[in-house]
Amino acid sequence: MDDVAIIGIGLHPFGRTDGLSGQAQGAYAVREALADAGVPWEAVGVAYGGSQDAGNADALANLLGLTGIPFVNVANGCATGGSALASVIAAIRSGMAEIGVAVGFDKHPRGAFNPRPADWGLEDWYGQTGLMLTTQFFALKTRRYLHEHGISEDALVRVAQRAYRNGARNPQAWRRRELSFDEIAQSMPVNLPLRKYMFCNPAEGGAALVLCSARAARRYAGKAVLVKAAVVRTRHHGSFEVFSPSLAAHQAPAPTVTASHAAFEQAGVGPGDIDVIQLQDTDSGSELIHMAENGFCAHGEQERLLREGATEIGGRLPINTDGGCLANGEPVGASGLRQVVEICRQLRQEAGARQVPGRPRLGYTHVYGAPGVSAVTILQAG
Amino acid sequence: MHSLEHPKLACGHLVQFRSDGPSLLGSRCRRCDELYFPAARSCTRCSGNDLEAWPLGSEGLLWSWTIQGYLPKAPYDSGETDADFTPYGVGYVEMPSGIKVESRLTVADPAALRIGMRMALTLEPYRVAPDGEPIFTYAFAPALPAAA
Repeated sequence: MDDVAIIGIGLHPFGRTDGLSGQAQGAYAVREALADAGVPWEAVGVAYGGSQDAGNADALANLLGLTGIPFVNVANGCATGGSALASVIAAIRSGMAEIGVAVGFDKHPRGAFNPRPADWGLEDWYGQTGLMLTTQFFALKTRRYLHEHGISEDALVRVAQRAYRNGARNPQAWRRRELSFDEIAQSMPVNLPLRKYMFCNPAEGGAALVLCSARAARRYAGKAVLVKAAVVRTRHHGSFEVFSPSLAAHQAPAPTVTASHAAFEQAGVGPGDIDVIQLQDTDSGSELIHMAENGFCAHGEQERLLREGATEIGGRLPINTDGGCLANGEPVGASGLRQVVEICRQLRQEAGARQVPGRPRLGYTHVYGAPGVSAVTILQAG
Repeated sequence: MHSLEHPKLACGHLVQFRSDGPSLLGSRCRRCDELYFPAARSCTRCSGNDLEAWPLGSEGLLWSWTIQGYLPKAPYDSGETDADFTPYGVGYVEMPSGIKVESRLTVADPAALRIGMRMALTLEPYRVAPDGEPIFTYAFAPALPAAA
């Protein structure tokens, strides 16, 4: 299959930007990505994008220019960005367009999400009686995982501590203050074993990529990063997913496991070849679980790796070098593409104070979204 | 103690009343035997759509748990406010067949909950209707040790 290259990256800083709509933040990210690629909006032949709470992505054309291109709205929960990216890649590979844009943005109200049961095929009582909360799912999955694999709650604190430490080195992160072990370990219980500073917050922001076929990449000004794999998978019967009033007697692997396997196969590399990693860290527990589900360690090995510093920027498995969702917050539509932007910066040696040493060659991104969607990419320095 | 014989339930179709107390009602796929809670219209295991009502029982083992530490937004309808919200327990309880049922727990004390403990189904009022009558939902409580 023809390789596809990312030739432009753009980000509207995450956090809270009063007075600027989510769509405006998405358009800002697209303009940044176009400028980075040295490509005008008129040259873009296809676009996919999405947002959960900030309106339609194709409305961005009202801000960028009404050029008549196919601009498709994507809605795949937290995997919206990864899904938009995979769609643009497929469109370019198919010959539908030479240049494509993937964009995600969002602007969420403060506080936890409050989904409506009927939208997810569930009955009203599930929300009315207080069981339909994403934070509960993360806590229940984490508690069971710690129990099954003999991991202590210390590991949850260390994940968060590293996220804020990396966020402090990232000028575009929302949370830029390092937090002590005790500050995290003693923060407000939200859904035990998970506490306030172990959860990311719904936030605002935008992220965009400009892509073209790898063969055509040299025609453009942008520093190309090759996409070796971009995979989206949904859940199988028996996996433990968000918004599940019950779980099957026999458990099946998570969609992250199947997406990760498929991505490694597509790229022809293994977890040991990856130099820099982005994992979905809606909360400390999820990152811990995703380390193993993506093949970067054995189940139960996480606590030791965290204690030894293996997941730090200078370690063997640098994870969430930009601070991840914990330090950046989560605008659902933009989150997956922020991960890709960060890996591109790392592979382009442009990550400044958080640059992974030793010229990383291969990078990896992973998002997980409700109700059980995972998207994985493997990227290679051009 | 409220009467558990004819309580108002937020989810009446989930609970069966038997002489020895409430029991959870789900469904079973006639083709592959997979169990569902609440009752499903189709089977996500074998893609069949021939399911029958199936009793899931009233006792199980605590499989995982958490404490809901903040007041959920709507559609949660307990009527509580931030000022009077009381944290509540949430867990998955593994029933004898192996299916794990998500449920409120009557206990919200981390020291009183551990994975593997025996749990029994009960009904718990979680809000009050406009006419003052309590509305119940199903919940699991730590089971009393069997009499010697």
